Amino acid sequence: MQEMMKKRAKELLASGEVTRVIGWKKNEFDYDITPAVFTSAEEIDRDFIYDDFCGVNLSKFTFQHQKNDTKTLVFLKPCDSYSMTQLITEHRVDRNALYIIGVPSYGKIDVEKIKADGVTGILSITSEGGDVHVHTLYGDKTYAKYEVTSERCLNCKSKMHPTYDELIGFEGEVMETERFDEVAKLEAMTPEERFEFWRGELSRCIRCNACRNACPACTCETCIFDNNDSGVAQKAAADSFEENMFHIIRAFHVAGRCTDCGECSRVCPQHIPLHLLNRKFISDINKFYGDYQAGAEIGQRAPLVNFTKEDVEPDIVAKGGKA
Amino acid sequence: MSMNEFKPKIVAFCCNWCSYAGADLAGTNRLNYPADVKIIRVPCSCRVNPLFILRAFQRGADGVILCGCHPGDCHYTTGNYYARRRMTLLFSMLDYLGIEKERTRVEWVSAAEGAKFATVMNDFVKTVTELGENKRLEDLRCKK
Amino acid sequence: MLKILRENLDQLFALIAEKETLYIPTDATSGIAQFKKWEAGMKMSEKLKTSRSAKDFFFPQTEDLVSFKTNGRKIDIIDPRTETEDFVIFGVRACDAKSFTILDRVFLVDPVDTYYKNRREHGTVVTLACSKPAETCFCTTFGIDPTEPAGDVSAWLTEDALYIKAVTEKGTAFVESVKAIAEESDETAVEAQKAATKQILDKLPIKNLKTEAFGGGKTETYFKSEEWAKLSEACLGCGTCTFVCPTCQCYDIRDFDTGHGIDRFRCWDSCMYSDFTKMAHGNPRLSQKERFRQRFMHKLVYFPENNEGIFGCVGCGRCVEKCPISMNIVKVMRTLAKEEEGK
Repeated sequence: MQEMMKKRAKELLASGEVTRVIGWKKNEFDYDITPAVFTSAEEIDRDFIYDDFCGVNLSKFTFQHQKNDTKTLVFLKPCDSYSMTQLITEHRVDRNALYIIGVPSYGKIDVEKIKADGVTGILSITSEGGDVHVHTLYGDKTYAKYEVTSERCLNCKSKMHPTYDELIGFEGEVMETERFDEVAKLEAMTPEERFEFWRGELSRCIRCNACRNACPACTCETCIFDNNDSGVAQKAAADSFEENMFHIIRAFHVAGRCTDCGECSRVCPQHIPLHLLNRKFISDINKFYGDYQAGAEIGQRAPLVNFTKEDVEPDIVAKGGKA
Repeated sequence: MSMNEFKPKIVAFCCNWCSYAGADLAGTNRLNYPADVKIIRVPCSCRVNPLFILRAFQRGADGVILCGCHPGDCHYTTGNYYARRRMTLLFSMLDYLGIEKERTRVEWVSAAEGAKFATVMNDFVKTVTELGENKRLEDLRCKK
Repeated sequence: MLKILRENLDQLFALIAEKETLYIPTDATSGIAQFKKWEAGMKMSEKLKTSRSAKDFFFPQTEDLVSFKTNGRKIDIIDPRTETEDFVIFGVRACDAKSFTILDRVFLVDPVDTYYKNRREHGTVVTLACSKPAETCFCTTFGIDPTEPAGDVSAWLTEDALYIKAVTEKGTAFVESVKAIAEESDETAVEAQKAATKQILDKLPIKNLKTEAFGGGKTETYFKSEEWAKLSEACLGCGTCTFVCPTCQCYDIRDFDTGHGIDRFRCWDSCMYSDFTKMAHGNPRLSQKERFRQRFMHKLVYFPENNEGIFGCVGCGRCVEKCPISMNIVKVMRTLAKEEEGK
């Protein structure tokens, strides 16, 4: 796969069809990957990588590095492609300046899962068939791939690419998922239990803004929480209220636009399951206003800038979600 | 503080074109509703974004109610339809975070419904009084 | 050197907590370790280090400095500080312990930061030697010996026992206070562990990282380097690296309007943020490249320039682990040093 991608990237660069390539670059360890812009065949030969650790969603990176006077080749996994489609819908990127190649993703490995299992001193991680071999300073360990696959990939919503110019590999399908199970589990708790759960999670927040800055739906020029004139600017949560406020408002601002790519939870240094906030909105939108997947096609009207006269009343919440 | 002494602080966002006039009518008709309700006039229920609701709680509100024109009667044609979706999702999220869902409410009150305004406020104040002080979505700095 | 059997650890914690508040690293549900106030039954984390550094104890993320309250035509100025009680932080690693001495160079020089000083005086740091360094560790690059951690008391945890040794005066008092459940011991077990750890240190992937190319007086060399653009390319501008870093010490002072007064507080700031160094005329660091450069120049050039060659990094590896796009000081040092060599 990686070789085919490299070959195609070099061809497109050589033909002048594109002048830049956005892809993934390898680093110190097998598991740390950086998004990068490549401009020459040498760079691609040296650094380009596509493997089980390339979880970074390139659509946000592309948004930040877009140039409209030249064409850029970008490789998108299915979930990246959803995010990109949403960005195109919102006119945040210029579709004409992009050459999109869809690439398949068979589930990315979450190294944090391996580390949480107590494994340290990791020297290399290789996957072979359904097995993942971890070679460490303190001995080797083998996992079945599903054990160390990231949560978002285990609950993959789709292996389809809503937007692309060409595909490498076969096009996948929208998947049946259990991604709302965790949300349902929380909904089934008592309010006291839910409150305790979220206090426990959100109190770990250090307000590093990684979730916001990595989020492909968060594309405001200046975030309201950075704007000193907004009255709610905050650099750190000085009170538990501000922890709640930041995460509620952030999740709300991407509600209906969040494609559930899971970057927020991936980047959180404190392992807060932020995707559970976004999924709550997605699940509510599906329940109240009909199934909706952000980024599924260009030009969709997001549910929060839409309505029907027969919409449910807000007291549906007080009635326990039943109309 | 015993239950009887507790007087909740209620913030009511009222649409200029209907509910605010409804509150006025309640006043001219000498209908009683508790003085704990502080009305904030907004040009349309749609003007209220989730941050308004949260900031009201931050500043010490024990309950927040949004009153707008009946769906279909919006002065700006469709504003309250958007507000309806927004508030539904926000309230659901607050409930998801374990914050008492009875502390937030949306009611459609027209300019002619002075009596309804008073009834709604009386009922809401009663509900919030029973719930007691807002503890789960408070900012301690604003309370000391 | 004193020896306390592993099965008596709970007893030790209880003994400490009787007199002072005790904090130990413990596992959170989500697979990370964090310092928590010890309560009966709490287990110490087996993890190498906590996800946040231990700097919070002396330099918390937010801290009230002063409050103002209007009182008629008068403004009352209130010092919100309450007397800090003595506390013990148990299980601080060598890198974090070294970071305190770096923070001291910032907060304890004139003008002394009394908020910081107060906490520093009340805290006893019990360090714990590393026996299972991670692949992201490179403290040896900065001359730290993880098998001989500093602090007030050094400790070693082996298969069967905990060994402790006082380092400072405060440490001696601490060791005295736990004597009841300890026994005198020689250093055989500790020496064996040290030797074993040193062998592992030799095998660490980043162990060959060198600091020779950096230090004071190198501003000209690196400031205009072509490499910054490429290095900072993927930087998201989040504050993860700065907030998990044990030595990052920049803060912002803000006012919060409580509705009946003003709370003036300070909170950590990050040079990676777009409003850092923003002032009346605008912002001199307009792009992420400049912000990114600032962070590393500060640690590798400016800080040693003003502090007798001491670097503003302790090699704990948190930024290596936590950066969402895997860009870190190791990468920066290698790239810049290589560029310098090639010149």
